[in-house]
Amino acid sequence: MPTLQEIAWKTDGPDIRFVSGHRMCSGCGIGAIVKTVLAASDKPVVVVNATGCLEVVTTTYPFTSWNTPWMHLTFENAASVASGIEAAYKALKRSGKITDDVNILAIGGDGGTYDIGFQALSGALERRHKFMYLVYDNEAYMNTGDQRSGATPFGANTTTVPVGKVSFGKPQWRKNLVEIAAAHRIPYVAQTAAHSIMDLYKKAQKGFNADGPAVLAVLQPCTTNWAFDPSLTMQYSKLAVETNFWPLYEVENGVVHINVKPSNRKPIEEFLKGQTRFRHLFKPENAHVIVEMQKMIDDEWARLLKIEESGIQF
Amino acid sequence: MSERKNWQEVELGAQLPAATSLGYKTGGWRVLRPIFDPSACTHCMICVTYCPDMAIPVAKSEQGVAGKGGRVYKGVVRLATNLDYCKGCGICAHECPSKAITMMREEEAEQASCKL
Ligand code: SF4
Ligand code: SF4
Repeated sequence: MPTLQEIAWKTDGPDIRFVSGHRMCSGCGIGAIVKTVLAASDKPVVVVNATGCLEVVTTTYPFTSWNTPWMHLTFENAASVASGIEAAYKALKRSGKITDDVNILAIGGDGGTYDIGFQALSGALERRHKFMYLVYDNEAYMNTGDQRSGATPFGANTTTVPVGKVSFGKPQWRKNLVEIAAAHRIPYVAQTAAHSIMDLYKKAQKGFNADGPAVLAVLQPCTTNWAFDPSLTMQYSKLAVETNFWPLYEVENGVVHINVKPSNRKPIEEFLKGQTRFRHLFKPENAHVIVEMQKMIDDEWARLLKIEESGIQF
Repeated sequence: MSERKNWQEVELGAQLPAATSLGYKTGGWRVLRPIFDPSACTHCMICVTYCPDMAIPVAKSEQGVAGKGGRVYKGVVRLATNLDYCKGCGICAHECPSKAITMMREEEAEQASCKL
């Protein structure tokens, strides 16, 4: 396992694949996620990027922050284009036109992945193209100003599910993308978070080296639309794990392994407080929402533990 | 109907040389400036890997640099923050386990550096 020193040398040293000068909001964790994932590849990386925060802020014409081949696509087809690149790459290799080994990485936000690009993603996984799909999940359509997505958590205030007299925010529980991806019986699926650089690096490495498609879901606390101080991005990421809101686990060849089991899971309020999207939940009339949320988190966690213990494969 | 083109004739999209955003200095966004105290640093690389703007450069040092506790730290070491790109988010200061970074208002930091 590499040390943090070795990782830093790859993410910020002379061979850097993702450079400064991008226009992410101050304190946005996507920068740390992307540089770490790119650094985890021991081969050159070809990146395809769905529309979303990352694409917008890294390629404001005529600038680009990518120091590796990169292509912009629409919201819906990152996984299709990655499939096409993989097929072309295989054909060119077969005919001897290229000899280099490369890794192919598709990146989308939660809107471009859970919702709009979902069909293309499912197809690419089913066809078993060898590529890794990275979703940085900031839990809503943040680039366009906070509309709800399939990844938005229960109880969150968004512009399309606004809080009011009759609404406490999003009334549905979020999709579980990791389990959906694992249901395609692909070799590697993992969930990790922005603050956990070592875990992220290790999982990205496994994903790149997998014998087939891999999916990496990374929580990315959004300083702008979750609305907390930009210095706290990694703290909120940590709290999401410590409260079991966002467990760190992986599904390797169908086998579930939980990477972090908080010995004393913190109450969900610890994660909710200080975020504007959950501010309304602390009013007395919404106390029941927090209770319900806590129960769902505990139930989900118990379920995950049971799956891990049982050894039953996806 | 426009004329049909085969795939070799289709126009490519915009093609850019790599890494050009280095020409776009985001340091001007900063409200708070991270002040780094090398004598408190253990070169643990937490701030470096967390910095979303790649604004903390690293170097490999064989003879090492002096840091926390007067010790010499060898290998990969962090250098002074690159203020051309640092947006002043404060993640580095908040996460540094050795409290080697403090955030100071940009105008105060500017005044302080003028007095030197
Ligand atoms: S986090 Fe603190 S101790 Fe670690 S390298 Fe950065 S400044 Fe030094
Ligand atoms: S304040 Fe933010 S942008 Fe500046 S060096 Fe620290 S982590 Fe990087």
